[in-house]
Amino acid sequence: MKGTKTYPKGGVHPPDSKSRSEHKALKNALIPQILTVPLAQHLGKPAEIAVQVGDEVREGTLLGKSSGFISAPVHSPVPGKVKEIRDVYLGNGLKSPAVIIEMEGEFDRSGKEQERHDWRGLSGEELLQLISESGIVGLGGATFPTHVKFSIPKGKKAELFVVNGVECEPYLTIDHRLMLEKTDELLEGVEIIQKIIQPERIAVGIEENKPDAIEVMEKRISERGMNIEVVPLELKYPQGDEKLLIKAITGQEVPSGGLPIDIGAVVSNAGTVYSIYEAVVFRKPLIERFVTVSGGAIKDPSNLKVRIGTSIGDLIEECGGFSEVPEKIVVGGPMTGTAVYDLDTPVIKGTSGVLALTSKEVKSSRRTACLSCGRCIEACPMGLNPTILFKLVDHLKYDESLDNGLMDCRECGSCGFVCPARIPLVQGFKLGKRMARKKKG
Amino acid sequence: MEEKQTRLVEAAPQIHHPDSTAKIMWTVSLCLAPAGIWGVYVFGIRVLAVLGVSILSAMLAEYGMARAAGRENPLGDGSAFLTGLLIGYNLPPAIPYHIPVLASLFAIVIVKWTFGGLGRNWMNPALAGRVFVFFSWTGEMTNWTMPRTMDAADTVSGASVLGFIKSGLIDYQGSARGPMEFLRGSGYPQSSADVRATEWLRGIFGEGVPGGYWDLFVGNVPGSLGEVSALLLLLGAAYLLYRKIITWEIPVSYLLSFSLLVWIFGGFDFNAGIFSGDVFFHLFSGGLILGAFYMATDMVTSPLSRRGMLIYGVGVGFFTFLIRIYGSFPEGVSLAIILMNIFVPMINRYSTRRIFGVAEEKGSSV
Ligand code: SF4
Ligand code: SF4
Repeated sequence: MKGTKTYPKGGVHPPDSKSRSEHKALKNALIPQILTVPLAQHLGKPAEIAVQVGDEVREGTLLGKSSGFISAPVHSPVPGKVKEIRDVYLGNGLKSPAVIIEMEGEFDRSGKEQERHDWRGLSGEELLQLISESGIVGLGGATFPTHVKFSIPKGKKAELFVVNGVECEPYLTIDHRLMLEKTDELLEGVEIIQKIIQPERIAVGIEENKPDAIEVMEKRISERGMNIEVVPLELKYPQGDEKLLIKAITGQEVPSGGLPIDIGAVVSNAGTVYSIYEAVVFRKPLIERFVTVSGGAIKDPSNLKVRIGTSIGDLIEECGGFSEVPEKIVVGGPMTGTAVYDLDTPVIKGTSGVLALTSKEVKSSRRTACLSCGRCIEACPMGLNPTILFKLVDHLKYDESLDNGLMDCRECGSCGFVCPARIPLVQGFKLGKRMARKKKG
Repeated sequence: MEEKQTRLVEAAPQIHHPDSTAKIMWTVSLCLAPAGIWGVYVFGIRVLAVLGVSILSAMLAEYGMARAAGRENPLGDGSAFLTGLLIGYNLPPAIPYHIPVLASLFAIVIVKWTFGGLGRNWMNPALAGRVFVFFSWTGEMTNWTMPRTMDAADTVSGASVLGFIKSGLIDYQGSARGPMEFLRGSGYPQSSADVRATEWLRGIFGEGVPGGYWDLFVGNVPGSLGEVSALLLLLGAAYLLYRKIITWEIPVSYLLSFSLLVWIFGGFDFNAGIFSGDVFFHLFSGGLILGAFYMATDMVTSPLSRRGMLIYGVGVGFFTFLIRIYGSFPEGVSLAIILMNIFVPMINRYSTRRIFGVAEEKGSSV
């Protein structure tokens, strides 16, 4: 597409593999009998347990209280009984205490006409409070608590608000479907955010492989008379990364070690905006999210609205099960997601996709020594030198790796994608960051 | 959902680019194949035996070294095969069989594995192997076979084009204004296909075109068994470029800088003055095409960044020119590449990029 914007350096072009699910309308997933709701679903402190085994809960009952500013509450996705509280492994490989709920009794919301609340009379603070109480976090995968992001620090100003509709991860199509099917809800969500952070300018970034979404959004924006710019972006991974998206739209770079707000920008993923809409208009906490179930080994790829705590196995079964033996089951997108072993892994707030990938899609091969081919350098959108960075981390030279920009790594996986030697670069950087932080104390 | 068998649990990213180390190595080998087949065709079936010996010894050496180092069998990655293949390509067709064995052993054991195997060596193993045997068995290494396609097939051995000119020019008093005229004037053999091609060329460029370019381009000349057909090597290289297995920076900067220098200074040998060097002759003679597309581009021993590759390519071009035109050896490609291999760590250190969100100067060393 002509006139599309992008960031200047690096990036990769994995097959986008979206055709499997991009034409499938959003639909509600079946609600399972048992749900596993972890307390650590977001970046920051895990929620504090607020129920006991045997408690009766309703849809939306608080299961875990927010335990600090950078934290978020967790709510019950279904009515039922707290059956058990125990540690589980999450899709991201971390362990978290979880509330196991056995569904029973009547739903307060599902299947009923929901009452609309008029929010226009509320102040920005009150809206922020609602978002905070509803447990909204960034649904693009980062799961950073949204109320923190929207609390603009003193002395700073939100000049630009960006709705991230890029969805650059291959396979995932939920944001695409949202923009097509829930256009007005999204735009009302933007109005709510507008009221909270009062940006001077609003933009929606959409990759050029979703021309229908670009068209629909543009049409509804002008029909509603809103002053929002739809920015078509070049198809290039990781275009949806916050820092790169801002660079593409404004040409400005978030300073190393800084946050978007440092240059007056706030970015929220389309799914997050939709959840904000539901939280504010229907006073509905974040108990559901959209998930793309796809991959070459899934019989009937779908875009589902899923209760938090549903197991990925249930979702796969709902999508017709496996059409062939998958080589990998991935929670999240293929570039940043985690491969899991256990089909009981629950869907959490950050779960954007469940993928069953065949060996043809994965293209794994044996790890070899680094060939010094430089492809990782070409691929890195941050201007880093992944091969050297990896060697530094591997040799525990954390100070030197910090000097070489370890903390600037976005963990986007572009370098790992292209590496012919299949060196676990991103894994090394994640570990290196953790160790370097520990060392600094 | 009961099948909990061999599911892969890797860290992100979960999908990969189709190119793996093995795929790269085997694709390069495949692209080299046509030029080798040409070698078998023009120099005879013995070429196949030489290649077999050099490849087998490289693979055996690799296997032995990996075992000794307690590593898994690495032969599947194709790198030892490729090294053996390239060593073979750089040998004269009539080479005694112990020489490919020793060249491969030197390349794999000394050059590759004393530094720790694949990816650790700073010098191109195949070229190091070639240079090692060249200096140890110079006679055998310069004993050339005439291709059967040439009208002098009865002369079983002869001088390579470059060698012929280098020695011929020592006390040259003739009137040839370039290497091609010199060859023709000295009665250097020519194929009948070349005679026809030359006529055709003269139709386009005028009567002054000397014969011999066609032979040089398709490989009707004596030379190392895999280097003679510039045409087939270029074909394979085009595919490598198309598949993005190699990038244009090294070959283009190499060939351009070399051509430029040859054009400016190459004419002096023939008292033809400045800006009169025969670029085509030098591009397609000797191992230049093989070197520029298949050896200077060796990932392990060339710079990481695109900018670094350009600097490196220019350097190789410069040294090739220097050795070929002014040195005592007719060739120059191997030595020039090895020379520039030495500078690669330095090039890597000094070609830095700016990190996103960091104001100038401070950058990651590429
Ligand atoms: S994961 Fe980090 S190092 Fe690798 S390409 Fe992305 S930003 Fe660069
Ligand atoms: S892509 Fe992999 S093999 Fe190539 S330089 Fe980077 S780390 Fe080394």
